[in-house]
Amino acid sequence: MNWEPLRLTFELAMTTTLVLLFVSVPLAFWLSKTTSRIKPVIETLVSMPLVLPPTVLGFYFLLAFSPNNAFGSWINEWLGIQLVFSFGGLVVASVIYSLPFMVQPIQAGLTSLPPSLSEAAATMGKSGITQLFRVLLPNIRKSLLTGIVLAFAHTVGEFGVVLMIGGNIPGETRVASIAIYDEVESLNYVAANRYSLILFALTFALLLLVYLLNGGYLKRFWKW
Amino acid sequence: MVEVRIHKKLRAGTAEFTLNTDLTIAEGSLLTIYGPSGSGKTSLLRSIAGLLPPDRGYIAFKDRTWFDSEKKINLPPQKRNIGYVFQDYALFPNMTVIENLKFAKSKSAPDNIIPDLLEVMDLSALANQKPETLSGGQKQRVALARALVQQPDVLLLDEPLAALDTDMRQSLQDHILDAHNKLGLTTIMVSHDLGEIMKLSDTTATMKEGRIAQLGPPGELFMEKHISGKFQFTGTVLHLIQQDVIYIISVLIGNNIVKVVAHPSEIEGILPGDKVVVASKAFNPVIYKISGNSISE
Repeated sequence: MNWEPLRLTFELAMTTTLVLLFVSVPLAFWLSKTTSRIKPVIETLVSMPLVLPPTVLGFYFLLAFSPNNAFGSWINEWLGIQLVFSFGGLVVASVIYSLPFMVQPIQAGLTSLPPSLSEAAATMGKSGITQLFRVLLPNIRKSLLTGIVLAFAHTVGEFGVVLMIGGNIPGETRVASIAIYDEVESLNYVAANRYSLILFALTFALLLLVYLLNGGYLKRFWKW
Repeated sequence: MVEVRIHKKLRAGTAEFTLNTDLTIAEGSLLTIYGPSGSGKTSLLRSIAGLLPPDRGYIAFKDRTWFDSEKKINLPPQKRNIGYVFQDYALFPNMTVIENLKFAKSKSAPDNIIPDLLEVMDLSALANQKPETLSGGQKQRVALARALVQQPDVLLLDEPLAALDTDMRQSLQDHILDAHNKLGLTTIMVSHDLGEIMKLSDTTATMKEGRIAQLGPPGELFMEKHISGKFQFTGTVLHLIQQDVIYIISVLIGNNIVKVVAHPSEIEGILPGDKVVVASKAFNPVIYKISGNSISE
């Protein structure tokens, strides 16, 4: 069995989740605090990938990242990265595609905390950054875990966006979900079933872990 | 000295009103703010803390300007050196009692301030517990200790004792008074409890619809008659019984029910549930109604 697609899937999911964590925490923090008028617009944009067909997203990425376009050629020239049909492009697309799955739980967690917590920290002379890392984030660990796992699992389950922008290059963009499609097309059901079963079991285990942890079922073994 | 002259449009439910106060608080004074809910007490406190910027006005502590709408000065709460005890205590759930205190401690504060305060507040045994495991009174003590660890210039208390039973209330009132006197703080406290106001504060501001309605010593504001009593306690009338030509009034003072003998002329207008002062002149206690109800109505 060829493990390459599975390795690639997890590499992509890990990288995406890590990048998302850095992007989503400040974004969710801002969204939870701001009274700005553009907040609903930003919230809508963040949530778009939830409802938009992945092919639409992939199609526009394809256009935007294409070296024939201004943005694509700029990235290519200045950073030396080609985002179309490459792993880098998959990461960028996945980050945007899974953004709501990370931002929404964190934002909901931050909003659910009483405002007096950060106000109290402010009267103690603590900056916004200190408030965020010492007071707010430690108190929304469940939301953080939910965000991390959902973003990871959602990236594992990506298909349409990857197909549009990454294609099917072995070792570069052929992730497990694409490999399954590929094997089915060539009537190789045994191999397709192997990949499918592994993805099925893994996503089940991941989501189960979240529900167990956040439901308090593991409290006896591990204080969360 | 704390000077507060501010204007701020506020919303309480559907009604809109303007917080409009002109208040000067002497340094070292303990001011209580009294008034019906929705009269702007908490907003006033939050404005002083820097948590709610006024629309316009001026707030200063000693010679430092905290807020000046004309000069566009608005010092963030971080730079005002205040201690704030929130109504919901706002203890950090992820930290133990001692970690809460350590987080609040300023670098300049002496190292022994934390063990000292834990000792004084009777919290040493709870030092390593998380807030969720504490009772209301214990949380309150932690919140007060945490505000004091900051060694603030101004201590702001937003109805800190509202949720506590009478015993706990009294012991915490003592703690507050103690800290206020020992540390030379300027303290501003929102309170609904006339007994508490009488016991703790040297000045009271009563608020009504965003304005300071009255300002003065609580004894003068809440008692129609000026008493030079040898002792005086505030309490709540439980019931009145007529016996021959006199009345016997049962008054709840703290946890004790005290029976007071009164002349029919004295009990005029006193009903069960009224707040009263029981005071003694020479030998026989006399009893007066506190006019708090007419203010809070």
